[in-house]
Amino acid sequence: MELVEKRNLSKKINYVAGFHQDDARLSLTYLAVAFLVLLIGGFLGLFQGLNRAGLLELPSWFDYYQTLTAHGILLLLVFTTLFTVGYFYAALSHTLGGLLPKVRKMGWIAFGMMMIGVAFVATTIVMGDASVLYTFYPPMQASPWFYIGLVFVVLGIWIAAFGAFINIANWRKNHRGKHTPLLAFFATGVFVLLFFGSIGVTVEVFMLIPWAFGWTETVNVMLSRTLFWSFGHTLVNIWYLTAISAWYVVVPKVIGGKLFSDGLTRLVVILLVILNIPGGFHHQIIDPGITETWKFIHVFMSLSIAFPSLMTAFAMFAAFERTGRKKGAKGLLGWFKKLPWGDVRFLAPFIAMVAFIFGGAGGIAQTNNQLNQVVHNTLWVTGHFHLTVGVTVVLTFFGIAYWLIPHLSKRELTPRINRLGIYQTIIWTVGMIFMSGSMHWVGLLGAPRRSSFSTYGDQATALSWDPYLFLLAIGGTLLIIGVILMFYIAIHLMFFAPKGETEFPIAEAEENVMPTPKWTERWGLWIVMFLAIVAMGYVVPLMDIIVNAPPGSPPFRTW
Amino acid sequence: MKMHRAEEIWLIVGVAILVLSMVFTGYQAFAQGMAPPSNTETLDPQKVDEHAPFDNPGVFEIGENEYEVVMTLQAFSFTPNEIEISAGSEVHFTLTSKDVVHGFQVAGTNINAMVTPGYIQRISQKFDEPGEYLVLCNEYCGAGHQLMATTITVK
Ligand code: HEM
Ligand SMILES: [Cu+2]
Ligand SMILES: [Cu+2]
Repeated sequence: MELVEKRNLSKKINYVAGFHQDDARLSLTYLAVAFLVLLIGGFLGLFQGLNRAGLLELPSWFDYYQTLTAHGILLLLVFTTLFTVGYFYAALSHTLGGLLPKVRKMGWIAFGMMMIGVAFVATTIVMGDASVLYTFYPPMQASPWFYIGLVFVVLGIWIAAFGAFINIANWRKNHRGKHTPLLAFFATGVFVLLFFGSIGVTVEVFMLIPWAFGWTETVNVMLSRTLFWSFGHTLVNIWYLTAISAWYVVVPKVIGGKLFSDGLTRLVVILLVILNIPGGFHHQIIDPGITETWKFIHVFMSLSIAFPSLMTAFAMFAAFERTGRKKGAKGLLGWFKKLPWGDVRFLAPFIAMVAFIFGGAGGIAQTNNQLNQVVHNTLWVTGHFHLTVGVTVVLTFFGIAYWLIPHLSKRELTPRINRLGIYQTIIWTVGMIFMSGSMHWVGLLGAPRRSSFSTYGDQATALSWDPYLFLLAIGGTLLIIGVILMFYIAIHLMFFAPKGETEFPIAEAEENVMPTPKWTERWGLWIVMFLAIVAMGYVVPLMDIIVNAPPGSPPFRTW
Repeated sequence: MKMHRAEEIWLIVGVAILVLSMVFTGYQAFAQGMAPPSNTETLDPQKVDEHAPFDNPGVFEIGENEYEVVMTLQAFSFTPNEIEISAGSEVHFTLTSKDVVHGFQVAGTNINAMVTPGYIQRISQKFDEPGEYLVLCNEYCGAGHQLMATTITVK
């Protein structure tokens, strides 16, 4: 009796403090598995890096392309999705006064679905029945269970998305006329993109399943590719939106400052959602079957996404400068010294931002048609996304983990772990500079991506790539140290760090700023505009690909 | 929700650069004919051997210092392979795949095209410098993908 009362009391206290034990357990589960996936995926990456430098031969029972398929799917899809859902569910719980019991249940079901899906996918890869890489371009045909596994992952994503929608709608109903808390606003954008963005790839997978079972004979190759990239490209923006949610909302608080501008932040979210999808063709710039005109239109569409990023760049540095000046900084750049460089919760996302200056510039270059032709499917591209995802997104996620995990596990980020985190951040950065830098360079020289070690019969051009590939392997070796450190830190913060309270840092608005306009909350309108632009970008080319399609392709198993 | 003056300037300059890059790309693509390979002709991917010109793949001299190379790509080879041409010639490649998606890349040049089954892909390039050029498949196509390569020798 007494115990129950005590429990109830502590529950109440937690409730007031914006903490919900059951919700925390859900988010912690997502995060724990995410970091386990990072550990496995990281080792696979190391094996690839060593192989490409000619230092490691992979065994025939788990060859390079099995490794690469697993690395791509685990890190690109599973790690990022688990982290995103875990993080935003924690944010919703914190800012909306707890998850609804129904929504928490949906969160668990979503998690279960994703795990079932991953089990199918991983098993087929290990058995050698799905060496099709994360893009699974037909007419290479994997085991049907591979595609079925993907369906489960997508179903999990949808359930998580609808859980979030239900919780946010419920809050809005109970708080009429109020703005949704900023992190919940970001979550809305992310889950809108996750849901709508994955429809295309789901259609694709549902075309592939009957074909993989042998019920249909052929498949439309170009249609599949195009549907895949409508999703693949959206996923990029989902990570990006997730990462900048922490840049806008969390980082200013960590450095002791205020929100840059609530209204402009919401505008950036809206723009990123509306302008998202139609960049998809920039992954198909040298494909046949899509006209030059359409490719050019998509250049415009994918460059437009740079606009909200320019706004973000300004907002970040403005927030830093303001905070620095408030702390007494003088001169043009004095504020720079006032930033808390020794705080890993700041350092990691800061490096992530700097990396995006380079990653974004590279992206703008390679989306311009002719420049893309120079680098497409070379290691340049692999270098590009290890810089953008591997540094900008992943280091931001790490930066979040340092406070989110102890917040959820009711523990503390000790100075020792903070210091270890600083080392982790530096090792990761240096490792990625080596790996991504050499990938960029050797890609310009022509070295292809997605290819195991090969000298092409000791051909002179191919041999000239070797020194860069060696640097790549050095970077990979540093990175695995970073992965192991991060895994240790995450587990430590979950289970072993000293008990205590860690805050969920959320920056407040500056005093007497202009109120945020009401229209920012009109999600119905944003979704309609988003779908309209998707339609502008996709309806005509898709019709063309379907109506003027060549006879379909039968399946091949070339591995 | 007013913006700073500095932010406005920053955004205007940023957008101007983006627009400039697009104008440049568009000019190259449509005025100078440098658009990326985007051919839309199709064929039955299961009947490549019966479909002209792929019923007779090979290197054809079609004019002074001008060649057409009719090539099929299949796991894990190029037909024809070990191509020889004379320096200073313009080469028009006509490509298709007999099975899965392949890539056609010539290291050290701007030749880079996806070759998907069911489509005829075309790309041209002038070879000025003599030497041996590495041709490789740059789209993963199976267990022997890293071996799918040949050369173009320019004399
Ligand atoms: C220990 C850290 C890592 C190492 C050593 C590493 C290394 C590599 C290497 C060598 C490749 C293959 C290049 C090729 O043959 O095309 C690769 C591919 C890839 N990596 Fe990583 N990587 C690491 C971390 C990450 C992270 C954190 C992500 C994303 C969150 C990531 C995403 C990818 C993706 C999507 C591919 C491409 C797969 C494909 O082309 O099918 N990697 N990585
Ligand atoms: Cu994209
Ligand atoms: Cu290949």
